Amino acid sequence: MIAEAGLALLWLAAALSLLQLVLGWAALRPGGEAMLRIVRPVAVAQGILVGLAFLTLIWLFLRTDLSVKLVAANSHSLKPWLYKFAGAWGNHEGSMLLWVTVLAVAGGAVALFERRLRQDTLIATLAAQAAIGLGFYAFLLFASNPFQRLTDIPDEGNGLNPLLQDPGLAFHPPTLYFGYVGISIAFSFAVGALVTRDVGPAFARAMRPWVLVAWIFLTLGITAGSYWAYYELGWGGWWFWDPVENASLMPWLAATALLHSVTVLATRAGLRAWTIMLAVVAFSMSMVGTFIVRSGLLTSVHAFAVDPLRGYFILGLLTLYIGGALVLFALRVRHVREGSPFEPVSREGALVANNLLLSVVLGLVFVGTLYPKLAEALGWSVSVGASYFNLVTAPLVILLVVVMALGPMLRWRSDRLKSVTGRAAAPVLLSALTLAALILWAPGIGPLPLLGLTVAPGVALASLMPLLGRNLRRTPLFTYGMVIAHLGIAVSLAGMAADSAFTQERLIALRPGQSTQVGGGFTVRFKAVQPVVGPNWTAVEAELEISRNGGAPFTLRPDARRFFQPPMDTSESSIQTLWDGQFYAALGQSDELGRWQFRLWWKPFVTLIWLGGVMIAFGGLLSLVGRLRRERRGRKIAKGKAKAVPDAVVESHA
Amino acid sequence: MRRLVLWVPLCAFILFLAVVAKALYFPAGTAVYSALIGQPMPEFSLPAAMPGRPGLSAQALRQGRPQIVNIFASWCLPCRTEARQLGELARRGLPVVGIAIRDRQEDLAAFLDAFGDPFSAIGADVDRRVQLNLGSVGVPETFIVDGRGIIRYQHIGPITDGDMPAIIAAYEAAQ
Repeated sequence: MIAEAGLALLWLAAALSLLQLVLGWAALRPGGEAMLRIVRPVAVAQGILVGLAFLTLIWLFLRTDLSVKLVAANSHSLKPWLYKFAGAWGNHEGSMLLWVTVLAVAGGAVALFERRLRQDTLIATLAAQAAIGLGFYAFLLFASNPFQRLTDIPDEGNGLNPLLQDPGLAFHPPTLYFGYVGISIAFSFAVGALVTRDVGPAFARAMRPWVLVAWIFLTLGITAGSYWAYYELGWGGWWFWDPVENASLMPWLAATALLHSVTVLATRAGLRAWTIMLAVVAFSMSMVGTFIVRSGLLTSVHAFAVDPLRGYFILGLLTLYIGGALVLFALRVRHVREGSPFEPVSREGALVANNLLLSVVLGLVFVGTLYPKLAEALGWSVSVGASYFNLVTAPLVILLVVVMALGPMLRWRSDRLKSVTGRAAAPVLLSALTLAALILWAPGIGPLPLLGLTVAPGVALASLMPLLGRNLRRTPLFTYGMVIAHLGIAVSLAGMAADSAFTQERLIALRPGQSTQVGGGFTVRFKAVQPVVGPNWTAVEAELEISRNGGAPFTLRPDARRFFQPPMDTSESSIQTLWDGQFYAALGQSDELGRWQFRLWWKPFVTLIWLGGVMIAFGGLLSLVGRLRRERRGRKIAKGKAKAVPDAVVESHA
Repeated sequence: MRRLVLWVPLCAFILFLAVVAKALYFPAGTAVYSALIGQPMPEFSLPAAMPGRPGLSAQALRQGRPQIVNIFASWCLPCRTEARQLGELARRGLPVVGIAIRDRQEDLAAFLDAFGDPFSAIGADVDRRVQLNLGSVGVPETFIVDGRGIIRYQHIGPITDGDMPAIIAAYEAAQ
C-alpha cells in the first residue's frame, strides 16, 4: 500500500506541474490576470506532494520493504539504519526522485517567499520551473519508477554499494543536489525575465538570494565530496577530475560567475545579456552533468546501473530545455537595453575579468571532460587525465585569484591605476617575501605549486583590505561575507599548493614488526594485523605505530574490507590530523610471503583545502543573511514613511 | 554582427548534442590500451635505477632486435607473481629490460634479491612521466618493442603461465 501511495503522490505532483504550466501560460495572455492568484498555491502544493512522495520512499527503505524492486535491489536488512536511510538516494531511481523533489520544493519556495519580482515575471518563472519538472516527472514515471513492485518477493536484498556506505556520503548527495538542482531557479528566473522582457536591477536583486542559496549548498557539497574521495578511495588525492566531479564543478564555476555578474546588474544595471546567459548555462551544466552520470556515457565511480534508453530520454529533455532557452535567448535578448557604461579599471572591470576567466576555466573543463567522446566520434582514441586539467586550469585559476584580490579594492565605474597600485602594495610585498623565503628554504618546488604558495598569502591579506579603515561594527554583514569567502579561496589555494609541493609519499610492502621512514621525520612501525568484523563486512586491520622525530607515537588502523552483500573489497584509509597536516595510511593486499602493501603519505597543510571550502560557503551564508536583513529593513523604512506622511499632514493642519 | 553572436551558444550546444548522440549510439569498449601500439617509442632517457648497471633510453630500444619492456615496482605485489615468468623469458634468451616506477634503490635491491633479476637494464621512472607517455596506466605492464623502436604489443597486469605463449609469439612476430 505504501509504495502505491508514493506512486499516487508522484502522479498527483506531475499533474499539478502540468496545471502550473498551463495556468502560468494562460495568466500571461491578455485577460488572464484572474489566474495569477492560483499559480502560487499550485506551485506550493506540488512541492509538498513530491516531498511526501520522497518521504514515502525513505520509509520503504527504513522498513526494508523487499516487495519494492528498488529496495530489494539496493538495500539489505543487516545494513545499519543510516545506510538504509541514505540508500533511498544511493541508486538511480531514488536519486532522480530526490532530483525532482529539490526542483519542485525550490519552485514551491519561490512561490511562497518571492515578493520582489514583478508579478508577470514571477508567473513566467514558475511556469518555466513547472515545464522543467514535467519532463523529469515523465522520466521518473515512464522510465525510472522508484515504487515498482516485485511479483516474487526475495528473502533478502542486494545491499548498497560499499563505497557509498560512509556517513559522509549519506549526506553528500542531498547537499550537492540542493545546489545542483536549486540552481534551476536561476534558469527559470532567466527564462521568465526573457519572456516578460524584465531584465533590470530589481530582477537581479530578486534573483541574487536564490542563486546564493544554491551556490552555498553546491560549495558545501563539492567540499564534502572532495573529502570523501580523499579518505574513501584510498589514493590520497582530493580531486581526480572524474567526469562526475567535473559535472559538479562546472555548475559551481557558472554559478560563481553568475553571483558576481548579478551584483553588477543589481548595482550598476550592467551585464544584462551576460547575466541571463550565465543563469541559463549554470543549470544547463547541472542537466548535462545529470545526463553524463545517468547515461553511462562516461565511466565513473558515480555511475549506477547503466541503461542507454534512459540516456536518450535525458538527452531529449536536454535538447528541449537547453535548446529552448538558447533560442529564446537569441531571439529576445537583443531587446534588452544595456546598462550604464564603465571604465576598464573599475570594480565592474574586475568583475568582468573574473567572469571571463571563470568562463574560460569552465570551457576548458567542459572540453576536457567531453573531448574523449569527441575524439571517439572522429575515430581517434584519447584519454584526458589530471595532467591536462591541472596544466590548463591552474595558471588561469591563479590569475583569477589575483583578480579576485584586486577587485574589491577598486571603485565602481572608474578608478585610477595609481591609487590601485598604492592599495595593492602591502599584499604584493607579502607575496614577494614569501617567494624569497620559499626559494631560500624550500628549493625544488615545481613552478605551479610555487606560484600558488607565493600568491596565497598576498591574496589572503588583500581579501582583508576591504575592512581596512571601516567601522567594523557598522560594516554590513554581506561585506564580511565577501571578505570571508575570498579569504577561504586563499586558504584553499594555500592547501592545494602545499599539498602538491610538500607531500611525502611512501609505497612499500612490509612484514609485521618491520619499520619504515616517511619524509617529514616520521617513523612507521607495522605492529600487527588482525581480523575485524563489522555489521555487514569483515576486514583485516593493520596496526601502525607512528612517531614524528622520536616524539609521542600515535596509532593508525587502516583496513582492507570485504563486504558480503554485494561482495566487494574496499580499502578504508586511516588518517591522523596534526596541526600542520595529515598523516594518511591505506592498506593494500598481502602476498604469500606475509608482506602487506601500504600506501603512506605525509600531507602538510592539506586540511586547509576543505577548511577554505567551508569558509567560502560560510561567507556565502553571511552575505545571504546580510542581504535579506538589509532588504527587510528597507521595507520597514518604506512602510514607516508611508505611515509618517499622513501624520505629518495632520500635524500641519493642527 | 551582435545578432549572429547571440546564436553562438545554440550552435555550440548543437555540436555537443551531435557528439554525445553519436557516443551514446555507438558505445565503446572500456579497457584502456595504449594508443601507441604500432607507433615509435616516445623519446626518453631514464637514469639507472641500480648503481653500476645501465639505465634505459628510447635510443637503447632501437638496437636492431626486439626487447621486452617490463614496467614494475618493488612496492607492487602483483609484480612479484610475474617474476618467475620474466625469469623464464630471460632464460630463453629474450632480452628483458625494466622501468621501475616511483621506487627507491634499497627497496629495489631487496626486491631483486628476493624475487630474481631478469633485467639487463633498469631505468628509474621516479615521477611516472615515461610510464604515462607510454600510455600505461598501472603496474605491472609489459610492452614488446621491435628492433626499430616501434611498440608492437602491450600486456596489462602480471604475466601468468597462460600468457607466456602469446608473449613469446608476439616477440617472434616483432623480429
